[in-house]
Amino acid sequence: MAANANALTNHLKQQPWGLWWLQARRLTRIEVRRNLLSWRAIWIYFLAFIPALIILIHAVFERRDRFAISDDTMVLAGIVQFYYIRLGIFFGSLGIFSRLIRGEMVERSLHYYLLSPVRREILLLAKFAAGSFSAVLLFGSALIASFALMYLPYGAVGHDFVFNGPGMSQLEAYLAIVFLACLGYGSVFLLLSMIFRNPMPAAMLVLGWEAVNPVLPSILQKISVASYLRHLMPVSVPGDGIFALLTVETEPVPGWVAALGLLLLIAVVLAYSCYRIRRLEIRYTTD
Amino acid sequence: MNDRIVFENVSKFYGEVLGVNRVSFSIPPGITTLVGPNGSGKTTLMNLMTGLVQPSSGQISVLGIGPGDADAFFRMVGYCAQFDSFPRGLTGYQFLFDSLMLHGMADYDAFRLASEALERVRLTEAAGRRIAAYSKGMRQKIRLAQAIAHHPRVLVLDEPLNGLDPMARAESLALFEELGRQGMHLIISSHILDEVDRISDRVILITGGYLIAEGNIHQVRQEVRDKPMQVLVRCDKPELLASRMFSVNHCVEARLHGDGKGVFLRTADIDEFYRLLNDVAIEGLVKIEAVAPADDNANAIYNYLIGSDGGAS
Repeated sequence: MAANANALTNHLKQQPWGLWWLQARRLTRIEVRRNLLSWRAIWIYFLAFIPALIILIHAVFERRDRFAISDDTMVLAGIVQFYYIRLGIFFGSLGIFSRLIRGEMVERSLHYYLLSPVRREILLLAKFAAGSFSAVLLFGSALIASFALMYLPYGAVGHDFVFNGPGMSQLEAYLAIVFLACLGYGSVFLLLSMIFRNPMPAAMLVLGWEAVNPVLPSILQKISVASYLRHLMPVSVPGDGIFALLTVETEPVPGWVAALGLLLLIAVVLAYSCYRIRRLEIRYTTD
Repeated sequence: MNDRIVFENVSKFYGEVLGVNRVSFSIPPGITTLVGPNGSGKTTLMNLMTGLVQPSSGQISVLGIGPGDADAFFRMVGYCAQFDSFPRGLTGYQFLFDSLMLHGMADYDAFRLASEALERVRLTEAAGRRIAAYSKGMRQKIRLAQAIAHHPRVLVLDEPLNGLDPMARAESLALFEELGRQGMHLIISSHILDEVDRISDRVILITGGYLIAEGNIHQVRQEVRDKPMQVLVRCDKPELLASRMFSVNHCVEARLHGDGKGVFLRTADIDEFYRLLNDVAIEGLVKIEAVAPADDNANAIYNYLIGSDGGAS
């Protein structure tokens, strides 16, 4: 047992970690450039910033009652829970992450990466890091913009709410949710795009699964990104009508358990993606 | 360290479709040409060699290493695939620079090697333009530059002359010849066999996924014993020479060249043929200007092996 542990330690020490780290950084830089500085990413910018735009329009054309701040807090929570998590980040991540591998197969340029002296696992993880960075940057900054535009019109009351009240901790919680949502959906869509030529039907199934997940048995709820994120929401949003399905609280879970559970889910999905990319073949005519 | 590219009983099936079947060979340094019609398995062999597809069975090693060890493998292998596509939005220089940076080298080294590769394929002036605006020939060149930029020891080239004008083809062939002389492995598939044939050290003939012959091109021709060899003799009296040569048993066919200044002769005994030709020359009846094998090339041998007439016309 000790001999095996020593052999493993020696093996790990002999690996070129420095080179892999350097390659991963350079790959990430190339991929972030492609993700963010492309006309084809315009719709993802739109998806991310449309709530901020709507809030801005309201701020310009509506006078704010200082007592409406709690209502607007609820509105912002609703935007995060019903728009960003369920739609914005969902489809934004679908666009960003499914392009990373499948998009390059469609454009017939993936082989350049596979012919470079980079381990395929490093390639996959670097692409995932680039996708995550791009998505978090877009949706995180969009959320900060929405938050600022929501409370700026309140002037001193808004300032007091953010810096002396619960505002800042709510923003931090939302940013954590955005971060985890991007990574969670990203890992799922990266894998789906490696399995399916057209990941869209599978993504629609995931969307349906996420919608009905709250009413499924608790064991199945663990296979869902949104269910983990729901437990991290700093403000509870009451659901009416169809939204009631999305806000069912079936089994209370502490925030740290939810975050850890989601990170574990992401790790499992990425590990399987690494296994898939090791066996990936370039057959553009059939892909 | 092993200096050969070795395939051991390699098969590749795409579902139920045969790619290649039980292919075995061992390629030493030099220029090797893959010859075969469309769909014969040439690209599959190259993709197997570089790990883009994985064998259904059998073992592959390139200079003792498999493509699974990407760090080491792709430092010594360059592959110019025939996919005419590139990452979007890049200039020729950016394309090479990004590729080289993934090797882990410093910015300056990547710049130097990218510039050197661009110079070798005569694309320096177009390096700052987007690849999307390149002509087909320029795209072929930038792919070649990307494959050779890191100074690989093994260069795999799938139809590298496609889209090139005659001048660029000649430059590319000269480059391949130079790389072959430097001791590199060059594996080339090409439809332009006449040109590639001149610089090849050996051929691999493949059809329907099966390897049908492999080795030095002249040895392979010798092995095709059931096909009499064809020789073109340039002379002042081709009819006289034809009648003289045709009078012996081993000469089975004589055909005048189109310009009337030579004759194609087929013989079942090449040694005896040359001895007799010497006698004719000494006798002085016919003034012989040049003698050259007319079917001692990859194209003709390939045609013989798949059952058609490989002779020159």
